[in-house]
Amino acid sequence: MCYALPAKRKLNMEPKRSYTNAMKKRVITLLLAAALTVALCACGGGQSSQTAQPTPADDQTAGNTGSTGEAADGGELTVGIAADLDSSLDPHVSSSSAGTREVLFNIYEGLVKPDTQGNLVPAVAEGYTANDTADQYTFTLREGVRFHDGSEVTAGDVVYSLSRAAGLETGEPLMSTLSGIASVEATDDKTVVVTLSAPDVEFPAYMTAAIIPEGSDPADGIIGTGPFKYVSRSPQENIVMERFDDYWGEKAQCAKVTFKVIEDGQTMVMSLRSGAIDLAAHLEASQVAELTDLTVQEGSMNLVQAVYLNNAQPPFDDIRVRQALCYAIDKQQVIDLAGDGHGTPVGSSMYPAFGRFFDAELVDYYQPDTAKALELLAEAGYDKDHPLEFTIIVPSNYTPHVDAAQVVVNLLDLLDGVVKAQIQQVEWATWYSDVYQGRQFEATVCGMDASTLTGSAMLARFVSDNAKNFIGFENADYDAAYAAALADGSKLVESFDACQQILAQQAANVYIQDLAEFVVMQPNVSGYRFYPLYVMDLACVAKTA
Amino acid sequence: MKLGRNKNFTAGAVITAFMLIVILVGMVWTPYDPNAMDGAAKRLAPCLTHLLGTDNFGRDILSRVIEGAGATFLIAAATVAIGLAAGLIIGGLTGYYGGWLDEVVMRLNDAVAAFPSILLALVLIALMEPGRTSIILALGVLFVPSFARIVRTEVARQKSLDYVASAKLMGAGDMRVLFAHILPNIVPVLLPSVAIGFNNAVLAEASMSYLGVGVQPPDASLGRMLNEAQGYLLTAPWYALSAGAAIILLILGFGLLSEGLGGQSDA
Amino acid sequence: MLVTLLLISLLAFLAFQIIPADPVTKLLGTDYTPERAAALRHELGLDRNVLVRYLDWLTGFVTGDLGVSYSYGMSVSAVMEGKGAVTAALSLMAWLLVIAISVPLGITLARWQGRRLDRVFVAMNQVFMAIPPFFLGILFTYIFGMVLKLFVPGGSILPEESLGGFFGYLIFPALAIAIPKAAMVTKLLRSSILNQMQENYVRTAYSRGNSRWGVIRLHVLRNAILPVVTFVAMTLADIVAGSIIVEQVFALPGLGRLLLASIGNRDYPVVQCIVVIIAAVVVFMNYLADVVTQTIDPRVRLG
Repeated sequence: MCYALPAKRKLNMEPKRSYTNAMKKRVITLLLAAALTVALCACGGGQSSQTAQPTPADDQTAGNTGSTGEAADGGELTVGIAADLDSSLDPHVSSSSAGTREVLFNIYEGLVKPDTQGNLVPAVAEGYTANDTADQYTFTLREGVRFHDGSEVTAGDVVYSLSRAAGLETGEPLMSTLSGIASVEATDDKTVVVTLSAPDVEFPAYMTAAIIPEGSDPADGIIGTGPFKYVSRSPQENIVMERFDDYWGEKAQCAKVTFKVIEDGQTMVMSLRSGAIDLAAHLEASQVAELTDLTVQEGSMNLVQAVYLNNAQPPFDDIRVRQALCYAIDKQQVIDLAGDGHGTPVGSSMYPAFGRFFDAELVDYYQPDTAKALELLAEAGYDKDHPLEFTIIVPSNYTPHVDAAQVVVNLLDLLDGVVKAQIQQVEWATWYSDVYQGRQFEATVCGMDASTLTGSAMLARFVSDNAKNFIGFENADYDAAYAAALADGSKLVESFDACQQILAQQAANVYIQDLAEFVVMQPNVSGYRFYPLYVMDLACVAKTA
Repeated sequence: MKLGRNKNFTAGAVITAFMLIVILVGMVWTPYDPNAMDGAAKRLAPCLTHLLGTDNFGRDILSRVIEGAGATFLIAAATVAIGLAAGLIIGGLTGYYGGWLDEVVMRLNDAVAAFPSILLALVLIALMEPGRTSIILALGVLFVPSFARIVRTEVARQKSLDYVASAKLMGAGDMRVLFAHILPNIVPVLLPSVAIGFNNAVLAEASMSYLGVGVQPPDASLGRMLNEAQGYLLTAPWYALSAGAAIILLILGFGLLSEGLGGQSDA
Repeated sequence: MLVTLLLISLLAFLAFQIIPADPVTKLLGTDYTPERAAALRHELGLDRNVLVRYLDWLTGFVTGDLGVSYSYGMSVSAVMEGKGAVTAALSLMAWLLVIAISVPLGITLARWQGRRLDRVFVAMNQVFMAIPPFFLGILFTYIFGMVLKLFVPGGSILPEESLGGFFGYLIFPALAIAIPKAAMVTKLLRSSILNQMQENYVRTAYSRGNSRWGVIRLHVLRNAILPVVTFVAMTLADIVAGSIIVEQVFALPGLGRLLLASIGNRDYPVVQCIVVIIAAVVVFMNYLADVVTQTIDPRVRLG
């Protein structure tokens, strides 16, 4: 959801359907083949990820680590993160920030997990089958998967974990994505059957939910099945994890990883320059400009940065005013001025890593056109003597959004004084309470991301009565198209495309870009891979002496 | 006060006059529009077209320093005015009347003074919307205790002097004695404190804007510029240096003036 | 003194009642619903009366229970562990530097009053006094950290890793805080000595055949140091409060950074605790200044 760069809080969105290379059939019976398993396990594997625009550095580093095969001693890695983790490292708490989730990705695993292409690959489960009506899924557990405390994962652990996350006992799901689960049963030691209250063809995407030991509470100890095990944390300081030597798959390269909390962007840059940290992700172009002699990989943030407009209140309840802003704000200018030209323009609430869902034609739906903007504003009753005045609220800790807002104000200043926009920086907590929860705003610049690669993760929030519809978007056609997508898996792509088109036509927001993101590492560090989601996979990262 | 022969005063007056002229000129004319961005001129080093170079958005740093100095100056001046006005009233009344009111107000005064000023400012700003007006009000409140204390001490001292007694004998009311007779007499004592207060206000504005709660982008203020400039220390060190130099000149000018006026720089 | 501290803690407590957003909005994020918020508020005890909560906190604080941090879920003392040491070390180091620089310098300048060295230093002093500590911090980062590579900006070292490294890293931040203060103290000491030199007893001392240095050392210094001691004591309070922003510049994991982060998270128990600590130092040092003044010069009565 609305979050921002140096990855403070990216929020969860409610996912409902579909992952990228999805299946068109209503019923999937995917027994995941050995070939897929290999693809998952091999670090590097020669291919660069789909979101990364390969840079020379990328080509160079991909591949050379995968060949080692066994768990080489990749040394001790120090990774800079821009925000401290949440108080709770409970993987089932869905309000956790993106920064927390990307770290936990290394520690916890679900029955399945996403790979660098956004496909689902088996993890704790070895495979699954669905019944004909897609409301019952049977998972077969993999042999020999162990928890960090040494015990083997049993069907009981899986039942406990899923029941806990779905809130089967309390009645309140910890993870809203799992609210469709009606029951979870173990039919034998290695088989778990999940029954849904309604058919859901994309249910397996939600089975990335972490598996934890039966009866355990993450508040008492962080125990998962991932390639790294949790060691310790110190508030505002660091989080330490170590390689889990009994990991079922390919062992992590590094013996120990320390996440160092470095909230200040400039300090992050200097720590990289000095070698105080080995790797940092989510950097911006301007920060990278200060770094030389280091390996830089460019990817994208996987979010939609936009000037989000409060459609429910004046002045932006008037479509002409919204459209005028769309014509006035040249995305490319924002990208050039605030991001040194790095970033991918978007035209609706979907980013390119979504592959088939992403409608690239919408990017140019509004061509920059000052005359047209002025015309629309005039129609709506604004001129030099009665200028359009509004405030753009920006969370102050996200430089890319603050910078983008500065450029936006600058571009609007060019409209002969007909638009007077001003910026107001607020703390993140205030942003939440005033903008997101209170909906007391006119415009805000932020980024919306997806926690799973499902169309709903991006689009559900614009349904009229959705609790997260903070821009107050109300459009019957949109609601219908969205409902159609959910109802009929075979029309998923068309229906979600219709949703995106409506958002563009209605100028729900002034869409700008999917921000570029840079991962910078010391020359002796290699193997970093991008995902189309907000995760930081460190298992394949190796450090040579 | 032999102002003419006082070197500190002269130096301070020259520096302050220079800054004031720059600020005044900046109100009507700057080399470039301080907020105009230019994608083709990002992070330029100082050169003939941009004397102090350009920033990350290709904005002319000289123009922004001029505008920023103006913003900082105005905020500091307004802050001191608020602090002084409230300080005069509170300090004047408590010093003149004394008693339990004096005790209570001065306790409160101490508490505010010992409260970490950054926290107090952050809280006050959070109550309002961040921006110019809020920072002036917040810092103004912060400056009340020190002025109130000085005024109180001085009023308490003056009220036992003969001229006060004679004013009373002539039938002047309390308010008249306090504000028409005593206040003019404490002005000389106050002047250096005002200059020092001004310096602290410049510093406080810079600190607040540096922490992101002061002047809002894209407008410039010296603290805001330092905040932005810190991100480009290596690629554009002139950015931080220009903003920092402007702060130093402002503070130096007023510091010397206050000394020329005979003040102790112990605030 | 206690009354002042109580008043401060109450002010801090009340401040959070009025500023926008509460810990619950931050903790729930996008999963916010009025019901969940109400439940969480109840869980954290935030639905009780302000004064009840204040008294609750106060009894806890007095008995040594600092409460539990909202954002870290651990006790406030555990969150603050180590952070207080950084701020204390930084402040003390800066304070000692102030004394180490200003006392010899102030005396020397007074001794050589009017000579070229004195004039040069007095002018430079004016400039140093005008430099904001955080700008000095940025300058040091650039010059010593990036150009000369004498230290690693952002690479602060924990005391448990290496005690020497820990203090070594603090040198530049401490200097950034100390230099403007030292300039003020130097100036104060110099003018205080020069003031005393006008007194009658100095003339008497001269007439007994003392040299200028002898007069300063044996007679003047004792009297001249008085106002300086008071100022130096209050300087420590200033330094502690001012270290917040310098910690930010050098990314030091001290109380200041924790304070700013906790304000952002609306983590009141932590904020409350830090505010009281900082205020206690300020109040105590001011008190100490009074006591010292009185001890050295009994004529000064405590007001």
